[in-house]
Amino acid sequence: MFVEWLRGLAAGVRRLDSVSRAALVILGALFLAAMLAPVIAPYSQSHQIDIVGMKNHAPSLAHPFGTDRFSRDVLSRVLYGARISLTVATLAVLVSAIIGTLYGLTAATLGGVVDTVLMRLLDAMLSIPRVLLLIAILALWSPVPLWMLVLLLGITGWFGVSRLVRAEALSVREREFVVAARSLGAGAGRIMLRHLLPNVLVPVIVTTTLGIGNVIVLEAGLSFIGIGAREPAASLGTMFQDGTEAFAGTWWAALFPGVVMVTTVLCFNILGDALRASLDPRHLHRARVGTGTAPLHTAE
Amino acid sequence: MPDPLLSVENLRTYFYTDAGIARAVDGVSFNIGAGETVGLVGESGCGKSVTALSILRLIGSPGRIEPDSRLMFEGRDLLRLSEGEMRRVRGNRIAMIFQEPMTALNPVFTVGDQIAEVSRVHEKKGRKVAWNRAVEMLELVGIPAPAERAREYPHQLSGGMRQRIVIAMALMMKPALVIADEPTTALDVTIQAQILELLGDLQQKFGTSILLITHDMGVVAETASRVIVMYGGEIVESAPVDRIFANPHHPYTEGLLGAMPKVGQERERLQTIPGTVPPPTNWPAGCRFHDRCRYSWERTERAHPPLYEIETGHLSRCFLAEEPQRRAQPHEPMVAQS
Repeated sequence: MFVEWLRGLAAGVRRLDSVSRAALVILGALFLAAMLAPVIAPYSQSHQIDIVGMKNHAPSLAHPFGTDRFSRDVLSRVLYGARISLTVATLAVLVSAIIGTLYGLTAATLGGVVDTVLMRLLDAMLSIPRVLLLIAILALWSPVPLWMLVLLLGITGWFGVSRLVRAEALSVREREFVVAARSLGAGAGRIMLRHLLPNVLVPVIVTTTLGIGNVIVLEAGLSFIGIGAREPAASLGTMFQDGTEAFAGTWWAALFPGVVMVTTVLCFNILGDALRASLDPRHLHRARVGTGTAPLHTAE
Repeated sequence: MPDPLLSVENLRTYFYTDAGIARAVDGVSFNIGAGETVGLVGESGCGKSVTALSILRLIGSPGRIEPDSRLMFEGRDLLRLSEGEMRRVRGNRIAMIFQEPMTALNPVFTVGDQIAEVSRVHEKKGRKVAWNRAVEMLELVGIPAPAERAREYPHQLSGGMRQRIVIAMALMMKPALVIADEPTTALDVTIQAQILELLGDLQQKFGTSILLITHDMGVVAETASRVIVMYGGEIVESAPVDRIFANPHHPYTEGLLGAMPKVGQERERLQTIPGTVPPPTNWPAGCRFHDRCRYSWERTERAHPPLYEIETGHLSRCFLAEEPQRRAQPHEPMVAQS
């Protein structure tokens, strides 16, 4: 049923420029490497090779990213760290996207008083600073299991998505095919899931893509102040924090996780922006009107 | 005379906006008989579409159908039905055809899927049956290779094809009444004729009544047996179609007919009605048309005319019914002077 929609998505990806394609490729490689960490990493993340003889070794052929102050292989830990950071961020953003989409769609479909109440509630939740809330919760409950971290990041991150979805759904709702569906007897649930949802997914995909980068940084920040993922399970943030303790002497312990993190976030942001441009029919339209190759409202 | 299929009685649909109460439909009453085609005519903003949406109870906040309105349909007052009962009427007993076949179809589903949806909402006989019914309907509305077309998406079809799809959706459940809101306005003239012919054929086949909303008097002349002219949220004239064309009574109807090009006549500039429909929050006092009327006089600015019966079945909301001699003295309308 969503074939056409998927085809549109594929076409959108094909329209990407070379920079964002590169970003997509880098992300793909990163994801693959991270998910295969147990297979491809030379050591386990907590393996201490030789506490006395192998600590704080600079990058070499045997240890391309060097070893840290506990004589652990930094490359291996970066792979495992990327695995945790990417998993946590992706799942958290998915949780946000699902909650936000359902919330926004409900508000827009039911409208009236329900909409007003839901939106004022959202305003109230938006007024709570996300980072401070997370710090408060994690400081009280730390250490939390990773799935809890995912949930916490997820349920504090959907407000923007739901606003966006509601705004988009409100405009779709006024389009004639929704009135037509109602005039043919479709109920609220059918309108919401069949007629509104598929037509608001594009902005959700874009914000979700951009959101992954944000959550990686957020998670790294929490790990940096010691309340995110806990040792010995490494996330990129934990490793960066650990590495900065002796940055002058062992720069590699902080630099490599940092570089991977920045690259990942940058790629997600580039991809998100590019998807916005290539999937959004309005952007597309503007581009075509701009070049004067197609008249308004072509029937193609 | 048997009970009409639909009897609209004193329909008033008001919108409670910040700018005041918009009386979009303000006391409209008319009947539609079984198998009859009634044309509902008027300019944009005169209340035609709101009347149509009111009949299906699709008016959203801040709009409201006033409680003393009645919509008698097949022996029941639609305004007294629960939302669930009303959903079983929509698409099943009363269906609607929209103006823009481009936007009346969901871009992300195949057309077959969308036609089948109507069956799935009302018949609940499963996906397969619904799909087969959709393909049958496509054939019925004259789409060649219906099984293949059913798997295509709206953007792959031409405007005329899409309007046929919309018609197939509306007629899926063989409704007693189809409300067609400007069904041909967005189409090429040649396609318009085809679509009107199709509607007529299907009406014959199913015995459906049609409420045809349009601003095109030509379309009305071709299809309708009776015409209702609306202005300012009210009915200003209502008559059998031949009477309207032969002997229009209300100056607004006269204006609409004058604005219509005629074949085989001396080429001359089309007449226009000066001014525009006033905002529904602020209908003029007296006759709502008086400031655009060529015959208005002091009485029309003061008093609101009732519907006069000019002859059997011919109603007109104009004081000319009482003072026909005024028709001899047309003048510049007030809006044209100011």
